[in-house]
Order: sequence, then C-alpha cells, then structure tokens
Amino acid sequence: MHHSSFIIICLSIYVGVSLAQAREKGQLVFLEGLKDSIGAILQEESSQGTQHLSYLRSPGAGLKGLFRFVETSVSQNGARDDGESWGPPVLLIDDLSVLLSLGVTVGAILDFTLYCQATVCTELQGNMVILVRCEEEDVDDDEEGANLLQRGLVHQCNLALHVEGLPTGYCRDIHGQMQVWWRQSGETMYNPRKIFHFKVHDKGASFFARGTSSAVL
Amino acid sequence: MNESLTGLEQHESGGLAVGTLLLVEEDRYDSYSRMLLKYFLAEGVVCGHELFLASARDHPDEIMQELPSPIMDEVASQGQPQPSDPENPDTMKIAWRYQNQPRVQTALASSLRFGHYYDVSKTMEPELRQTAKCHSFYQLQETPVITGSSPLPSPYHPLLKSIQTVIRKEGFDGSTPQSKTRNVLRLGLHSLGSALWGDDVCCKDNPAHCHALSTFLYALRGLLRTSLSVAMVTVPSHLIQNRAVMGRIIRLSDTAIALESFRGSEMETNPLYKDYHGLLHVRQLPHLNCLSCEVPDTKDLAFKLKRKQFTIERLHLPPDLSETVSRVSKTELAAGCGTTATGNKHLDF
Repeated sequence: MHHSSFIIICLSIYVGVSLAQAREKGQLVFLEGLKDSIGAILQEESSQGTQHLSYLRSPGAGLKGLFRFVETSVSQNGARDDGESWGPPVLLIDDLSVLLSLGVTVGAILDFTLYCQATVCTELQGNMVILVRCEEEDVDDDEEGANLLQRGLVHQCNLALHVEGLPTGYCRDIHGQMQVWWRQSGETMYNPRKIFHFKVHDKGASFFARGTSSAVL
Repeated sequence: MNESLTGLEQHESGGLAVGTLLLVEEDRYDSYSRMLLKYFLAEGVVCGHELFLASARDHPDEIMQELPSPIMDEVASQGQPQPSDPENPDTMKIAWRYQNQPRVQTALASSLRFGHYYDVSKTMEPELRQTAKCHSFYQLQETPVITGSSPLPSPYHPLLKSIQTVIRKEGFDGSTPQSKTRNVLRLGLHSLGSALWGDDVCCKDNPAHCHALSTFLYALRGLLRTSLSVAMVTVPSHLIQNRAVMGRIIRLSDTAIALESFRGSEMETNPLYKDYHGLLHVRQLPHLNCLSCEVPDTKDLAFKLKRKQFTIERLHLPPDLSETVSRVSKTELAAGCGTTATGNKHLDF
C-alpha cells in the first residue's frame, strides 16, 4: 500500500541492496512525511515526537525542525558490522515542492537547503539529491511560485537535471528529454548544456543522444 | 477496486487502486460531476463497501437517495457465463452489456466481476441502498469547533478528524481486526474548496487560506495510503482564479480528470459535438509502484448522458462530407494539372 519512494526501491534492487536491512543497521534513515503528516496536523498539542514535522502545524515558521532532524541523522557516527564507520552521507529529498503546497515559503525552503548543503556537503563531504516539480508555464508567478524555488535551487547546485516531455508531444518510444547543466569546479560559467532523450521502463530508464532512439535507427 | 463508469474504468486501466485519490474538476453546473460521484457511491453499495459522504450543500441523505439503480440484465456478452451465487439466490446477476462499439481499450484481461452498469433514469431501491453502511458529514450541521493552532481551518479540520475516526473505528487501517472479510471504505467528498466549506479559494485571487485545501488533500492522501480506502473529491475548479493553486491540487492527487459540459456554451450547437454532452480531460494519471504509467491511446474523451446511461468514450468527430470541401479539392487539382483550363472547374481525368 505504500506507493511512495518506489524509485528508491527500484534503484536499490538495481544495485542489489536491501533497504530494509539498511534501515535496521542504521545505514538508512527514512522519513516518510506523508505517512506521519496526519498525526502532526490533527494532534492538539505539539509533542517532541513530531518536532521535525513542525512545518505542518505552522508553515510560516519555517523548516528548522526538519533541518535539526536531518542534522542529527547525518551526524550519527554509527558503526558498520566490521567496525568501520559509514562513508559520507547522501541526502535524498522527494519532493521539495510539496512543501510549497503546505504553505512553507520559498525563502524558508531555500534556507533549509542551504543549511543542509553546509552540513551534508561542505562539512561532511557528502552529497544531496533534491527533486523539485516545476509549473509548466509561468502562471501567476507569485512569491510562492515553484519556478522561483527552482531558480533558487539551480543557483545553489552543482548539477541540475531538467526533465520534461518532448516539445512536440507524446511519443511512445521517447518519453521525454533531459537537459543537463553542470557547473564544473573552478569555473564560474556553466558548461554548455547537454540534452538527452530517454525512455522509461518498468524498473529503469535508458538514455540516448537525440535522434538515436532505437525506434528511429 | 472497480469503477462502473463504462469506458472510464477501461481507460483507467482497470479501475481505481485502493489507497488513491481521484480528483474530479466539476463542470460548470455540477450536473455531470455529481453524477460521477453518485456512480462511485452506487458501485460501493453494490460491491458491499462502506461509504463516507461529505457535503456542504445538499444533505448527504439526499445524495444517497438519488443513487442510480444497477441494471440486472440477463444479456450475456460473448458467451461468458453468468456468475450467480448458488448459496444465496438473492444476489444480483452481474451483467455485461453487449458492446457493439469499440470503447477505449486496455490490455487488462476481462474479469467477471469487473464492474456494474446503472440505469440513471431509476433510483436505487432503498432496501439495496440500506445494505451499505454509510457515514456522513454534513458541513452545515457540524457544530463549529475551535481548532486552536491547526493549520487547517474549520471545517477541513473536523472533516479530516471525522474521516480518521471512521477509519480507525471500523478497522480500515488494520488497527482493529475487522469482523467480516476485509472491506474497503469509499469516501465521496463533494465540492471541496467552495465557499460553503468556509474556504475562500474560490472567491478570491489571493485567498487568505490558499493552502487549506492543498494541506487537506495532502493529509487525506496520507490517510488513504495507510488504510483500505479510496476517495473521490470533486472541486469547482472553474471558480478558482489562482491557477497555481489548481496545479498544486492536481499534483497532490493520484488521478485527476476535468469535466467540461457543453451546456450553455457555443459548443452545444456545434455540429461536430452533437453526439456528446461534454468533454472529459485527463489531467493526471497515477504512477503507482511503477516508473512508467499506462498512457492511453488517446486523451480526447467525451461523455454523453442518454436516457438510461452515462457513457465516456473516445471522441469521434464526424467525417466532413460537405460539398464545399470536395469542390475546393477539385479546383486545386485542376489548377495544378492544367494551367490553360481557366474557366472550366470540373475537369474529367
């Protein structure tokens, strides 16, 4: 019944990792916001247990509670079975634009990602992967627009993948195109963007240069 | 989980999955969207599901009394045997309507208990209707509750609380063992976002509570995911000025469709659309436990309400057989082939 995070499950099957085991060993910390949301929204008093979801009760107050949760989780120096500590952390966020629907401001979200970046990437030499959904058009772009969030994140990040459908419409063999913007270290300018086409399968996707889809060749 | 709307369930690849949210954007006069809601609830009665109906305008009892009557037809299609329960001779025979027109096809193999068909000119018998346990929430009769520091203004907060209570009490979340076989809870929420729900998202460009409805839908989907339930929510989107809000609401749902009625618009008299009463737009299809989703052959769907039945089918435009068309093509042909033929428009070749 849990439809969420299927992509992560797919990837883990792909590389042969068991997520359930990872969770037990403490290697994986999984915050399921959707599942825990109802408790946070409906309860009368805010309790210790839902501090990280405090944005659900008062969206205007920002994401400090959520950041504290992230900070605690990635800073834990748990040990592996062989006594070695875990490698640098990876923070995966799916999906940040939902927070806009819950009333959190763009500014608060960008603050949160900056704090996370400082902790996860700079301090702990880890990586962050963030998923964000954009509006199709620049419609009524008020302060809370998803496009504004996207622009802010692109400014902060090192690698941006922009995924969309084909401009010519739906096609069975090519599901869409992906633009890659990559800021190499030491350079201030982005490299020219690269565009790939892709096709999604049941448990993965294949990428190819434009015009080289197997259906066309 | 099956839906009985002919064509829609096939379009949706076999029905609505348990744990998901269907969003229906209402047509302008809320005539067809209300009908879809009644179909949804009627199917719940016929399948023996439990129902939860919330409404702010019409009393839930009124809506329940208008549910369409299921068709108990003896006609079988393609030689499929009629299933009947030998232990209980009073159960209904499930009917297959003889299909003489191709509907929107999917790869799903047909199942004997796929869906039911309804006669909209008759209402469901009270005896049948009363077999289903129905919980209702009528906005106007709820005592206003002071919700304190909740991000959800009243009445969304009490509505959510009421849904959570029903799910827990009746055991749809697995917390208490259900006495009968595992059952499903169908939730029908009518016209959320309208002013009658105390929401101003339909009244203003910049509503004070522009996140109330989206937060409610987020929390509702959380409830659906963790219980054996499915919800259909209708929203008067034609009243919502802020398009960003509508985009967010669609993305917070699993499946989203919009009904556009021709009534009162110029399309009502347009001969191209004379067979139909409106268009059905598919705004979003669910991605459940898979990376790719079933994309239908066509997204151009139209609906029509005949005396007995509400059907959804692929939009067929009639062929253009007007004389003007053929005359123009003959002229073009003549001009292209023989430039000396200046006055003579009908050349034989």
